Amino acid sequence: MSNPDKTTKPSRRAFLAGAGVAGAGLATGAFAQDSAITVQPWMQELGDGVDAAPYGMPSPYEKDVKRRTVEWLTADNASSINFTPLHNLDGIITPNGLCFERHHSGVARVDPAEHRLMIHGLVDKPLVFTMDDLKRFPRSNHVYFLECAANSGMEWRGSQLNGVQFTHGMIHNVMYTGIPLRLLLEQAGVKPSGKWILAEGADAAAMTRSIPMEKALDDCLVAFAMNGEALRAEQGYPLRLVVPGWEGNMWIKWLRRLEIGDEPWHHREETSKYTDLLADGTARRFTWEMDAKSVITSPSPQAPITHGPGRTVINGVAWSGRGTIPRVDVTVDGGMNWHEARMDGPSLDKSMHRFYFEFDWDGKPLLLQSRAHDSTGYVQPTKEALRKLRGLNSIYHNNGIQTWSVDADGRAENVEIS
Amino acid sequence: MSRFPELTLIATLLATPLWAESPGRTATPEEIATWDIDVRPDGMGLPEGSGSVADGDKIFQAQCSVCHGVFGEGTGRWPVLTGGQGSLSDDRPVKTIGSYWPYLSTVYDYIYRAMPFGNAQSLEPDQVYAITAYLLYMNDEVDDDFVLSSENFLEARLPNEDGFVMDNRPEVELAQFSKEPCMTDCKPEVKITMHAAVLDVTPEETAAKSAEAATKSGTEGETASEPAAEPEAATAPATEETPAEAPAPVQAAIDPEMVKAGEKVFRKCKACHQVGDGAKNRVGPILNGVVDAPAGAVEDFKYSKALKAAADGGLVWSEEALGEFLRDPKGFLKGTKMSFGGLRKDSDVAEVIAYLRATAE
Repeated sequence: MSNPDKTTKPSRRAFLAGAGVAGAGLATGAFAQDSAITVQPWMQELGDGVDAAPYGMPSPYEKDVKRRTVEWLTADNASSINFTPLHNLDGIITPNGLCFERHHSGVARVDPAEHRLMIHGLVDKPLVFTMDDLKRFPRSNHVYFLECAANSGMEWRGSQLNGVQFTHGMIHNVMYTGIPLRLLLEQAGVKPSGKWILAEGADAAAMTRSIPMEKALDDCLVAFAMNGEALRAEQGYPLRLVVPGWEGNMWIKWLRRLEIGDEPWHHREETSKYTDLLADGTARRFTWEMDAKSVITSPSPQAPITHGPGRTVINGVAWSGRGTIPRVDVTVDGGMNWHEARMDGPSLDKSMHRFYFEFDWDGKPLLLQSRAHDSTGYVQPTKEALRKLRGLNSIYHNNGIQTWSVDADGRAENVEIS
Repeated sequence: MSRFPELTLIATLLATPLWAESPGRTATPEEIATWDIDVRPDGMGLPEGSGSVADGDKIFQAQCSVCHGVFGEGTGRWPVLTGGQGSLSDDRPVKTIGSYWPYLSTVYDYIYRAMPFGNAQSLEPDQVYAITAYLLYMNDEVDDDFVLSSENFLEARLPNEDGFVMDNRPEVELAQFSKEPCMTDCKPEVKITMHAAVLDVTPEETAAKSAEAATKSGTEGETASEPAAEPEAATAPATEETPAEAPAPVQAAIDPEMVKAGEKVFRKCKACHQVGDGAKNRVGPILNGVVDAPAGAVEDFKYSKALKAAADGGLVWSEEALGEFLRDPKGFLKGTKMSFGGLRKDSDVAEVIAYLRATAE
């Protein structure tokens, strides 16, 4: 997806070559020999043997594909955030090394042999598990998105950051392998008065969130693997809670403790943070589900159109904390007219979905938007519609429609429109 | 409290366990007590203890003010803890313990759980009560002679306790946003009403920036690499370099016991300083090789004027000078940014210096 070719202009050659493939100018002799069509060094010389990289890394030409932070957002990088490079990705799975990070006291470097999961409180039998113990329970595999409640928060009052990585990159989508939390709770025997669970991490923030029992028994996982390998340290190695469709902060990393109680705990991250301050000064709490949302990942400010007018692919992602995404609409004229995009790839519950819209660009400026429909019938609203209901101070849970303005040269900018 | 009226029913519908005897074992009461640190609004989990506003002031200045400011006003981008009452419906609300947090138990819980930043779970219950009392005082909730304790904790309420409502999106938003939308001729015209405020957020050369540079060149010239509205960065950039040209010290053999003890003492410093491989400047400079090095020598760290002046005057962090500084930072160097209260025990000073010396090896 990235374009290592540092073109100084939208590439006339690539455009013409494209036209050639379409059959417009075949073998006219009007083209100079393509300098890439030669005998390249890699066609003659031996490459690295096996094991040159026992754990493989991307091609060096992909070095721009990486997480990025915005230095001035936070006071210290131990309690900060970086962003998934959505403009570089395709399909629905986020590679492990590109999953955005959000830590509150840095990455805990946990020795799995020294890790324990404790379950106590309103249970018949308080339990403690080693990692080996947990791996003797039946496992389950699911692809889920994890979106931070603050994703697009900087965009709430108006367009601010020029790049889909920064406006929408607090999300990733991976396949988790874990034990249904329900099985562990049944083993401990939750008392009838046990209605809430406090999940706690083993990092130096001892991150905590209150989870209602209904969710815990429904689809939560205690996960030890992502995309087939052990969790990455920055994603909670060796154990994290998976709370499908709900805000990322609840997915406690380095999970060490589950306490069963009869009331929520109202801890810092569910009172002073991740609550939605409304215009009248009151605030919504326990806004757990992530509303349906979509965004065009290219073209976007970090991924301009470089090929000039003609066949053009609009590429994007959509997701909903309440189900699947059967449909996404795309507009190229700022919402005067909409077109159904083409959904492609697996459609899984509470997972990211991929959509494409292929069209013939006439080279005139575009105002691009996408609009997700989820399986409950909910349609992604505009930011303006959301602000009318929530006011200007809400910040969290911004699932409003994003607009990219694309100029005649293919450059894209983050804007808001009437 | 519960948003799920059916919860009781659900809880009783838990299936029988998979196995009579499962992998894992029973957690002992002692083990549970070691990790069970949480406190709830109803007082569940509060340990015995008490602390006064006056004591809290002292602890806060020594352990918290470097980030949160002397009065809880916050330095740089660190959290503001005080003020903001009545601002929640303003254009720029200030969300603090006094203006926004619903429960005092959350303050107690969080301070013990996660503070001081980088030295979590190091405070004693009396210290946490004292800091909590000080924060109530700084938010004008109690007088300066107030003592907070496990006895009177539940009487202390925060003003915004009733300021929260349960998630009401199902009633307020979902129906409104579940209508079939317009697909054609939806509006007569469209205008751009706002452009991105921060244009140059992608920090290094990318395809996008190349394209941008290409199309912009000659029209706008050099664009600033930093957003104009950027607040003063609270973190200095990382540096790989240790202080240059430290004079070769004549040193005694390092006592491993002293070093080990010093590492423990250093926990008090870790909230602001890093040392060792990969150390970065934080609130304070990295301390690799600081013993016997010239003062103010860490590149890219913004020292106080006082420390710069002392460095220009030739101050070297000999064991003696460093010892005096660590015993009484502000007494030794008036105007230092280091708001640490000082190490009281001579043995702590000697041990932490031994540790710092060892990390330079």
